Amino acid sequence: MTYLHNIGAYFLMIAEMFRKPTKWSVMKNLILKDVDDLIIGSLGIIAFISFFVGGVITIQTALNIDNPLIPKYLVGFATRQSVILEFAPTFTSIIMAGKVGSFITSSIGTMRVTEQIDALEVMGINSLNYLVFPKTVALMLYPFAISIGMFLGILGGMAACVYGGFSSLEDYIYGIQTDFIPFHITYAFIKTFVFAFVLATIPAFHGYYMKGGALEVGKASTTSFVWTSVVIILLNYFLTQMLLS
Amino acid sequence: MIEVKDLHKSFNGVEVLKGISTTFEKGKTNLIIGQSGSGKTVFLKCLLGLFDYEEGTIAYDGKIFSKLTEDEKRNVRGEIGMVFQGSALFDSMTIAENVMFPLRMFTKQSKSEMQDRVDFVLNRVNLQDAHKKKPSEASGGMQKRVAIARAIVNNPKYLFCDEPNSGLDPKTSIVIDDLIKEITEEYNITTVINSHDMNSVMQIGEKIVFLKNGLKAWEGSNKTIFKTDNDVVTDFVYSSELMKKVRQMYIEERQ
Ligand SMILES: Nc1ncnc2c1ncn2[C@@H]1O[C@H](COP(=O)(O)OP(=O)(O)OP(=O)(O)O)[C@@H](O)[C@H]1O
Ligand SMILES: [Mg+2]
Repeated sequence: MTYLHNIGAYFLMIAEMFRKPTKWSVMKNLILKDVDDLIIGSLGIIAFISFFVGGVITIQTALNIDNPLIPKYLVGFATRQSVILEFAPTFTSIIMAGKVGSFITSSIGTMRVTEQIDALEVMGINSLNYLVFPKTVALMLYPFAISIGMFLGILGGMAACVYGGFSSLEDYIYGIQTDFIPFHITYAFIKTFVFAFVLATIPAFHGYYMKGGALEVGKASTTSFVWTSVVIILLNYFLTQMLLS
Repeated sequence: MIEVKDLHKSFNGVEVLKGISTTFEKGKTNLIIGQSGSGKTVFLKCLLGLFDYEEGTIAYDGKIFSKLTEDEKRNVRGEIGMVFQGSALFDSMTIAENVMFPLRMFTKQSKSEMQDRVDFVLNRVNLQDAHKKKPSEASGGMQKRVAIARAIVNNPKYLFCDEPNSGLDPKTSIVIDDLIKEITEEYNITTVINSHDMNSVMQIGEKIVFLKNGLKAWEGSNKTIFKTDNDVVTDFVYSSELMKKVRQMYIEERQ
């Protein structure tokens, strides 16, 4: 029952978020600030993780195909596929559910427990629009961060491949160009857009509707991380089924 | 003017407000007093529409609040200034930005007009040099004064203060009380103040509603509160040693 209630409340929240918009001159600054906090502030960790995980994927693949009949360029091919299809869009989003998601839940949750949300409402401001809308808009730039992740993942793979002597640079470059299907990029970006929306709204929901004090803010962040990840994993399954098969 | 009729509010089956009726007039400072836990904050939050209540009506200048649409409610709220018990300042903004916030949201003033207005109200609450501080860098009493400045900056029609001078020293308290009274009279607004400070009661209690256990136990003014023989009220008023002495002296003087 409470699950159903929460799902209903979540969709009502999204509808309410678009009502009575905040003045554009104010909203503009809120969006810029959230782009800075949520996107620019995450580039470092995304770059770092992508580069090294790309490298690890390459090493794993290379070590697992030591059959001389399999061509060496397959290492590059496999790395490209894993990075573009799953690693950059999905795996990174789970990490972002921890980083961006708990930031959103705890910042909105703190505003709830210290009555700052009540203060906004009392002034006649649509607090959902004021707080959640700019974060959602800011996260629409998230696919841009993911494309950097894709690039660096493949680059990391290249570095590991050549440095570890698993195949030559030419083979790797040949591999990452083999059988390239442009729709895979589209698929990855559709996923990323959906995940970006989830990353903004589910943590916001948990922060906005929380009850209690400072202790509960911590608990809300944890629950929000769990639910954001679960929803991302499930949506990933359904979107893959719908778009690729 | 705000009219409240038969207000009932409970949390998880426990009734906190048990049917309160009263009116708060324009241009007067209305006080709600009572012990800690008597329901003052809950009452104020019901007035503001932050809490839903089971029964009763609240009318703002004749408009019954619960019957308004969401947008109409927001319009009424645009004319409300509220000082929360815990200040509720926006901690991502500086003190000056906090005070400027209602102006930025609801007026078309230029930057310099807004700045002048912010300087003016911050001066009135005795905070000349705190513009650039973050709320977390200000003392509790300073935060309270910033909250008051933010509540009055956009000339509200209704002003609500939840214990505006708790955490302030006696001198600043008096300054704040005077300020609230002045603004109330100057702009003819409806002001409702939660308090348990006897100084405020004496100074600005033009109308006093006494709450006890979620009921209105007494209603009067600072003229009548010291004359009543309602036990509940005298118990509250003369609870401090200082007030007991004052009463003693008064009685001795009359003999
Ligand atoms: N959100 C809430 N959930 C459940 N009970 C609440 C809630 N808010 C207040 N109460 C209860 O309502 C009663 C009245 O609380 P209220 O905050 O109105 O007291 P108060 O008169 O403002 O006290 P104080 O002078 O200490 O601020 C208390 O018993 C409190 O436990
Ligand atoms: Mg209170």
